[in-house]
Amino acid sequence: MKNADKFDLIIEPGRGIKNYWRDLWKYRELFYFLAWRDIMVRYKQTVIGVAWSVIRPFLTMVVFTVIFGNLAKLPSNGVPYPILVFAAMLPWQFFSSSLTESSGALLANSGMLTKIYFPRLIMPSSAVIVCLVDFLISFCMLIVLMVWFHFIPNWTIITLPFFLAIALVTSLGVGLWLSALNVKYRDFRYIVPFIVQFGLYISPVGFSSNIVPEQWRLLYSLNPMVGVIDGFRWAIIGNSASIYWPGFLISCVLSVLLMSSGIWYFRKMEHSFADII
Amino acid sequence: MSVIQVDDLGKKYIIGYQQKTLGKYVALRDVIAEKAKDAFEFIVNPAAKIRSESEKRAQFEEFWALKGVSFGINEGDKVGIIGRNGAGKSTALKILSRITEPTKGRISIKGRVASLLEVGTGFHPELTGRENIFLNGAILGMTNREIKSKFDEIVAFAEVERFLDTPVKRYSSGMYVRLAFAVAAHLEPEILLVDEVLAVGDIQFQKKCLGKMEKVASEGRTVVFVSHNMEAIQRLCNRVILLGDGKVVQDGPTAEVINKYMQTGPSEVGEKVWTDQNKAPGDDSIRIHAVRLKDKYNKVCTNFDVRDPVSIELDFWVKQSKCFADAEVILYDRSGHIILYSVDNTDSSWKGKGREPGLYRSVCHVPGDLLNEGAISVTVAVSTIPHTCHAVAKEAVSFEVSDCMDPGGSRGDVAGVWPTAAVRPRLKWDVSAIEKK
Repeated sequence: MKNADKFDLIIEPGRGIKNYWRDLWKYRELFYFLAWRDIMVRYKQTVIGVAWSVIRPFLTMVVFTVIFGNLAKLPSNGVPYPILVFAAMLPWQFFSSSLTESSGALLANSGMLTKIYFPRLIMPSSAVIVCLVDFLISFCMLIVLMVWFHFIPNWTIITLPFFLAIALVTSLGVGLWLSALNVKYRDFRYIVPFIVQFGLYISPVGFSSNIVPEQWRLLYSLNPMVGVIDGFRWAIIGNSASIYWPGFLISCVLSVLLMSSGIWYFRKMEHSFADII
Repeated sequence: MSVIQVDDLGKKYIIGYQQKTLGKYVALRDVIAEKAKDAFEFIVNPAAKIRSESEKRAQFEEFWALKGVSFGINEGDKVGIIGRNGAGKSTALKILSRITEPTKGRISIKGRVASLLEVGTGFHPELTGRENIFLNGAILGMTNREIKSKFDEIVAFAEVERFLDTPVKRYSSGMYVRLAFAVAAHLEPEILLVDEVLAVGDIQFQKKCLGKMEKVASEGRTVVFVSHNMEAIQRLCNRVILLGDGKVVQDGPTAEVINKYMQTGPSEVGEKVWTDQNKAPGDDSIRIHAVRLKDKYNKVCTNFDVRDPVSIELDFWVKQSKCFADAEVILYDRSGHIILYSVDNTDSSWKGKGREPGLYRSVCHVPGDLLNEGAISVTVAVSTIPHTCHAVAKEAVSFEVSDCMDPGGSRGDVAGVWPTAAVRPRLKWDVSAIEKK
C-alpha cells in the first residue's frame, strides 16, 4: 500500500463513499430509468390510466368546496372557491403522495437493494420525481378550472416554480427521513398514512389560512406545508390571498432544515440498509 | 498489477436472540419499551442496571462472517472463490460490490466494477422485454448508449425476438432467465464479480452462458467468480481462493485448491452432544441435545458402505407445553448441494400432537443403496408448525459413504468408477428378451 491513490475506490468501514455526489451524478441514468419505470407501471392494467391523477384531486376539491365553501361558508375574498381549494390541493397532493411513495420506495425495491450497488438516495428521490409528474398532469386540471370560471391569474403566477421548489425540498426532506426510518422500524408503515391523513386537516387545504387567528399564525407556520400552500395560493390567485411573510420565512427555513437533516440521516443509515432490510 | 487489494477484511453480524424467533426487523415499540425499562430500572436500582446490561449482551450473539481475510487480485486474473455453505463467500462478494459495508479492514479497487449477484434484479413484470432490457442495463450500470449499441446482440443471445413487446410476466421462466442473463452477459466492466448465476436455465443455455463467460475472461478482464460448481470453476479460473469459517484456507492454482477442498472436507464427526441446555442450539421452546449417526448395529459410525443403511438420531428438549415440534434432516454433498430433506411428521404416532416438556428422540432411517459415495454432511433442525424454526445445528455431523467395490452390491458386476450422481439407488430392472433368433 505504498501509493494508495492509484486506486479508484477504497472500501472501509464508516468511511462512506468518498465521491458520493459524483457517484450520484454517474448514476443519473438509473435515476431517470427508475422514475420512468414507476410512471410506466403506475397505470398499467387500469382502465382510465393517467386520468386517475386528475380525478383524485378533482373529487377531493369538489368535496372541500361543498363542505368548506357552501356549508361552512368560509371566506374566499371573491375568488371562486374551487380555485382556492385546487390551488392548495395541488401542492398538498404532491406532498402527501411523495411521502407515501418515497417512504416505501426502499422496501419495495429491497431486491435491488441487497443485490446491486447504487447510491441509495436515488430510490426515494426518484419516487418524489414520479409524484412531480403527477403534479404536472393535475396542474392541467387547474388550467381547465381557470378557463371555466373565467379567472385570470395574477402576474405573481410566474413565481410558482419557486414555491414548487420549496414543496419539492420539503417532500424530499420528509421522504428521506421516513424511508430510512422505515427500513429499520416498520412502524412507519402505519405512521405515514396517519401523517398524510392528519396533515390534510391541519394544513390550509380546504380553507384559507387567513381564518387562523393572528396570534397563532406564527405557530401555525411551523407546519412547513403552510408556507408552501400559502405561497401557491398567493402565486395563483394574487393579492387577495395575502401571504403571511414571517410565517412563510419560518416554513422555508424548516423545509431546508428538514432536507439537510434528511440527507444527513439517510447517509448515516445508508450503509447498513442491505443488512437490516 | 494489482487491481483489487483486500486487507484484513472482517464483517460482523449481530444475531439477536429475540430476532431469531420474532422476525427479522426491529419494532419501534420494542426499542422505546426497552429504553424506558432501562431508565426505570436505573432509577429504582442502579446495581440491577449493570446486571441487566450483561444479560442483554448475552442475548445477542456476535457472528463473524469474515475475519482477517487478505488477498490481492491482479489485472486479468480469473479468480474463483469456493467454500462450504456459510464460509463467507457471498459476504465477501457483497462487500466487494459495495452492497454492504465491512466491519473491519480495507479494500482498494482499481477500475470499473460490475457485479452479478443475481440475474434479473430490478426486472419489472409489467414492463415489456424491450423496456426491461433498458431498465436492467441501467441498474447494472450500463449507459443508455451502451445498451442501444448492444441491444440486437442481447436480444439474439436471449432468443426472445418474437416476444420483445410482451410484458415479461407472460414469459416462461426459461425465457425470463435467458433475457436476464443476456443483459448481464453484455456488461463490459474491467472487473466482473459473479455469484452462482450459471445455475440457471436448461443445460444448453448453461453451456452458452459458460461459453460467454469464457469469452469475457479471455478478453483479459478480471473476473471474480463465486460458485459451488467445481466444473465451472475449473473451466473459468486460473486461481482459486478457498474460504472456510470466514478465513482464507488456501489460495493458489485452481487444480491444487480444488483438490484440497475435495479431500479435506470437514473431518467426519459421528456424534455431537450438547450437555448444557443453555448453550445448546435452540431457543426458549426447543433445544437440541444430541445428533448421532448410527450404523445397522446401532453403533455410532462415520464410514458407511453404499449398501448399508444410515440412521440419523436427533435428541431434543421441548421446553414448552403443547409444542407441535417437527424434526428435520438435511443432507448436503461435498459441494454444498442438498441431497435430500426429510421431516419426522411421517410417524403417525406423533403427527399433529402437541408435545409436553421433556426430552425427545427422532430417528431418520436412510436406507442402504440410496446415497452415492462421497462425504455427506448433516444439518438438523427442529421447527414448529407453521414454519418457525426453533433450533438448527448446521453441519452438526458428517459421514463418508464408500464403495467397497464388492460385486453383488448396487454396482453388480460393473468394475471401475461409478459416475458421479446425487444418489445411487438400487433400482428394479426388468430384463427380458423380446425376440430370439
